[in-house]
Amino acid sequence: MDNAKGHVLKYGDNVDTDVIIPARYLNSSDPAELAEHCMEDIDKDFTKRMNKGDIIVAAKNFGCGSSREHAPISIKASGISCVIAETFARIFYRNAINIGLPIIECHEASKGINDGDEVEIDFNTGIITDITKGTTYQGQAFPEFMQKIIAAEGLVNYINESKK
Amino acid sequence: MGMTMTQKILARAAGKESVKAGDLIMADLDLVLGNDITSPVAIHEIEKMNVEGVFNKDKIALVPDHFVPNKDIKSAEHCKCVREFARKNDITNYFEVGEMGIEHALLPEKGLTVPGDVIIGADSHTCTYGALGAFSTGVGSTDMAAGMATGQAWFKVPSAIKFNLTGALPKDVSGKDLILHIIGMIGVDGALYKSMEFTGPGVASLSMDDRFTVANMAIEAGGKNGIFPVDDKTVEYLKEHATREYKVFEADADAEYDETIEIDLSKLRPTVSFPHLPENTHTIDEIHKDGDVKIDQVVIGSCTNGRISDMRIAAEILKGRHVAKGLRVIVIPATQAVYMQCLEEGLLKIFIEAGCVVSTPTCGPCLGGYMGVMAAGERCVSTTNRNFVGRMGHVDSEVYLASPAVAAASAVKGIIACPEDL
Repeated sequence: MDNAKGHVLKYGDNVDTDVIIPARYLNSSDPAELAEHCMEDIDKDFTKRMNKGDIIVAAKNFGCGSSREHAPISIKASGISCVIAETFARIFYRNAINIGLPIIECHEASKGINDGDEVEIDFNTGIITDITKGTTYQGQAFPEFMQKIIAAEGLVNYINESKK
Repeated sequence: MGMTMTQKILARAAGKESVKAGDLIMADLDLVLGNDITSPVAIHEIEKMNVEGVFNKDKIALVPDHFVPNKDIKSAEHCKCVREFARKNDITNYFEVGEMGIEHALLPEKGLTVPGDVIIGADSHTCTYGALGAFSTGVGSTDMAAGMATGQAWFKVPSAIKFNLTGALPKDVSGKDLILHIIGMIGVDGALYKSMEFTGPGVASLSMDDRFTVANMAIEAGGKNGIFPVDDKTVEYLKEHATREYKVFEADADAEYDETIEIDLSKLRPTVSFPHLPENTHTIDEIHKDGDVKIDQVVIGSCTNGRISDMRIAAEILKGRHVAKGLRVIVIPATQAVYMQCLEEGLLKIFIEAGCVVSTPTCGPCLGGYMGVMAAGERCVSTTNRNFVGRMGHVDSEVYLASPAVAAASAVKGIIACPEDL
């Protein structure tokens, strides 16, 4: 897996799936359309202020609430390269891996990194570098099979590829 | 070392003698569920997989319930996608408008969820079936697709929190107050990745409908599942609804728990979750002390509280009374059977005479879909399960989660109230 590198958009505890992608947009399952409304109810300028490759950093229980896979789909389709959080809600965690959105749990990084910082993540080692501050953090590296799922852009491709 | 009830069910489904917290297992599934929002994404995924059809047409349930009857053209297209997939794969348990109900009220009623089952559903409130002593948990659409294709899912075996219930609930206090109290106590991530096992002598006093409500909201504490032991009330419920054989599991006496929380049911008070998290709980006494909370709308229904006992509680309070002037009150029986029962027992007449509207089964208002979307600055007392920012409509609207008794009393008063206030 390639490293992720970008500027940080920072949020707090319990960012729920209703604010990540409000239900009023769930009559669509088109990733590009969902991406247009990503994070709309917590940060209405999200799509304007983010650039491709940027990184979301949040605190506890990111992605709590509904099981809608539309939430990680909208984040991935918006161009976010990784989500770092202190903890993730369990369904979101599974969904993110299954659709190939890199996520990483790291308490210290979640506390230390600020909005706007430039950050790089090495998925092989789990090392998170805050380039702006010159600090590094040890996040939880993905087990190999999870890295393969993400590299294959999700569980379905991974299953198909492993059958070949 | 002994196993929790959840661990024993998972061990059986994985074909193992025993499992422990943290083990990664592959388990056989007894039921895979999806609705009109999550299934189209799953169907799209399964079509990309190199598989022929589904693993078992009798072990998949497809329930369009969120945006049906179709709220707009895009929703209609989603429902059409689910309907065509169900036809093509000859899915036994596809429920069309007219037969459908809110999934988590419908499936137990149809006898599709029984003790000892391992169930995944692409809906976070799939944890509801733990009320019947099944392991059941919410997943996303890709897991649903893999489940439909292979009949299996991988799990990390959870550790557990034990809730030891004693005593019995006082009058006008219900399972909803119990689960809101618990979420208030442990927080919205208090049971993250864990099982919530409800046990103790107090369980016997809880009705099946109360248990469904409690298990339903395990996810609001971050739980992987919520589960109740199987007792006489469960067996009675199953006699009425299910024909399938089932297997009863009990936690080992020496099962290990992360913690045990004691709850005396007799001490609970009507409890309301204030915006914008289910953990922001206040008892009715605290609310009265802090001053009136004026409301614009009341919703009574959902997978949490749309069952017949919920309807009866609301009707008993609304009988011979009228909703406060200017208030909109929306009552939604969760299934066609509940609707019919309301009709036969005269509850619909009570609701309509009191000035409520009564809707066909739908999840609509709970997630701000339709049938009760709110404007900026509006407040709703709702028997649903989430009160996140924008959950029911505008980002500046507010949702107060409560029991059917509190919702009905609030409907009469126009402020948050409980039956004692009438």
